Amino acid sequence: MADKNEILEEHISSEYKYGWSSDIKMDSAPKGLSEDIVRFISKKKNEPAWMLEWRLKAYRHWLTMKEPHDWAHLEYPKINYQDIIFYAAPKQKKELASLDEVDPELLKTFEKLGISLEEQKRLSGVQSTIAVDAVIDSVSVKTTFKETLSEKGIIFCSFSEAVQEHSELIKKYMGSVVPYTDNYFAALNSAVFTDGSFCYIPKGVRCPMELSTYFRINTAGTGQFERTLIIADEGAYVSYLEGCTAPQRDENQLHAAVVEIVAHKNGEVKYSTVQNWYPGDKEGKGGIYNFVTKRGICLEANSKISWTQVETGSAITWKYPSVILKGDNSIGEFYSVAVTNNHQQADTGTKMIHIGKNTRSTIVSKGISAGVSNNSYRGLVRVSKGATNARNHSQCDSLLIGSTCGAHTFPYIEIKDKSAIVEHEATTSKIGEDQIFYCNQRGIETEKAVSLIVNGYCKEVLNQLPMEFAVEAQKLLAVSLEGSVG
Amino acid sequence: MLTIKNLHAGISEKEILKGFNLEVKAGEVHAIMGPNGSGKSTLSNVLAGKKEYEVTAGEVKFKGKDLLVMSPEDRAREGLFLAFQYPIEIPGVSNINFLKTAINEIRAYKKMQPIDAKDFLKLVKEKQALVELQVTLANRSVNEGFSGGEKKRNEIFQMAMLEPTLCILDETDSGLDIDALRIVANGVNKLRSKNRSFVVITHYQRLLDYIIPDFVHVMYDGRIVKSGAKELALELEKKGYDWVKEKLAVGSGQ
Repeated sequence: MADKNEILEEHISSEYKYGWSSDIKMDSAPKGLSEDIVRFISKKKNEPAWMLEWRLKAYRHWLTMKEPHDWAHLEYPKINYQDIIFYAAPKQKKELASLDEVDPELLKTFEKLGISLEEQKRLSGVQSTIAVDAVIDSVSVKTTFKETLSEKGIIFCSFSEAVQEHSELIKKYMGSVVPYTDNYFAALNSAVFTDGSFCYIPKGVRCPMELSTYFRINTAGTGQFERTLIIADEGAYVSYLEGCTAPQRDENQLHAAVVEIVAHKNGEVKYSTVQNWYPGDKEGKGGIYNFVTKRGICLEANSKISWTQVETGSAITWKYPSVILKGDNSIGEFYSVAVTNNHQQADTGTKMIHIGKNTRSTIVSKGISAGVSNNSYRGLVRVSKGATNARNHSQCDSLLIGSTCGAHTFPYIEIKDKSAIVEHEATTSKIGEDQIFYCNQRGIETEKAVSLIVNGYCKEVLNQLPMEFAVEAQKLLAVSLEGSVG
Repeated sequence: MLTIKNLHAGISEKEILKGFNLEVKAGEVHAIMGPNGSGKSTLSNVLAGKKEYEVTAGEVKFKGKDLLVMSPEDRAREGLFLAFQYPIEIPGVSNINFLKTAINEIRAYKKMQPIDAKDFLKLVKEKQALVELQVTLANRSVNEGFSGGEKKRNEIFQMAMLEPTLCILDETDSGLDIDALRIVANGVNKLRSKNRSFVVITHYQRLLDYIIPDFVHVMYDGRIVKSGAKELALELEKKGYDWVKEKLAVGSGQ
């Protein structure tokens, strides 16, 4: 048995493979938060006056709000906002003519993460092409395939660039789905957001490649506050991917992002996330606090927004990707796998707000808890008055590994229209010793058996992911649960 | 192939196997019969390495190696296959994916390359026919929503795919109608070879009409109390297990 334990130990210590940090020359703001810091960030980004105004309004509003500690099934100490660096950017020349000018250390960082910033490589590769916006700490360092995309009228760039180059679109849409008054962390983000991605698909255009943003927190003591805004104009379609990692550090780091999606008539946006922030160590030390507001609006008829998330990282996840179904016949979907192991806590789910007629929503949530973690599904289905023939189907399953973890389901249903049909199914199951023994008896070792069983359990969600992502997600699920069965 | 000597084992401190002995040579088929509670299923679970069972004495040699120190997966990789009495469901995992994982784990253990996708599909097709398993069943989740008969046929299908050297069939006939019984037995018969041995655990002689054993053993109170050729099964069927029990009682009285 001794060597089996050794192998197990090895697995556990190799759990988080993105825990390294890079030595990149950084340009940072002093610690803490004040109006001056907000101005500092805005100035660093050379922003127009209206943008600074908006930030300051958000900041002043944030000061009137309270950090939420009452309703979510989470426990965390009060965050000291004066101890966080709100801006950290790799030092680099303003305009990069080519990839050669990027700090080699930075290139190495992304190479190590398996993300290619070189377009040629991707083009000649067997994999389908993905355009990448790479964001490290507070800034976007490189967006690939911009030219190819712009031929079709697609705008895919960093948020900062969009503020400069596409200010009309930013003014029109920013805050239209998630106003800065929305919640504590959205207000904070609106005041201090540093970068993120912007994506606009014009009328009738089907985006020819997957667009993706890769977020990396690198510098110690910093928070990451990015904004993403995606707009699908009439009849447009885009599939968007988001990935994230962070170094292994003993202190908790804050990530408070805002994602807004707008789908116009017949427009469709598919948003997939594989969230792999550093989860903290076995004892619960360190890890990312992931407080994120993600929301989309199906603004006009026949539009569709689909969220797929695989949440394996973060010490705390607080996240409810939602869809406002305003247009008639619009569709909202939420597919989620949330894994918690060791001391991780997740309170995640969705909100489907039915306003238009004949709107439909689907929720499939798969929670997996191991160790001494807590995993909660929290979801709201609201059918407003006049939202005739609204349909919702929710399925929330929880899988427990071991007997020291917790799984919780908090469904909220508000129906104001009699024609609505809303269904909710929930199950809780445990990975059985019998299932594992059955796999063992076929020659499959326990770790692999757990991963096989878990992947089977999550299949419905994983099937929604683009191919490359699905493979990555499967591996990630296996890694996250390593050592969870003794 | 398999040598069991003076095996004592039990569960939660209750001894169930009390000095079990058995010798199975390559290519032989041994039937183990016995009344409820005689320890037949304990025997199969102990051999497969289920961890709730504790071995307190004795030894088991499988192909010359000490079976009892091996992990359950290593026993399987060495060629021991247990057809479960109650096959387990694994939702969302297709039979095909499950078997491919198993085959590749076994191959990795033998330091072989993973099986080629084309060869694998060929193998599936070939072995499916053996137990008349529909193609759709092979693609469905492992045992999920299968009927009792389908589950048992699936066990034999898996057995055919993994090509073990020692097959233990734990009451594979229970819950089977006569047609399914014949299909399962035919599958097993086709898998018989001079290098593969079978231990067939059953209550009834019925299965042995189809799978003709080389030896029949009667198990009672944790050990084999009577062994013979295939005719012993018929005699048991006629006289019932009480006959064995009575003889034992008389024996111990002497």
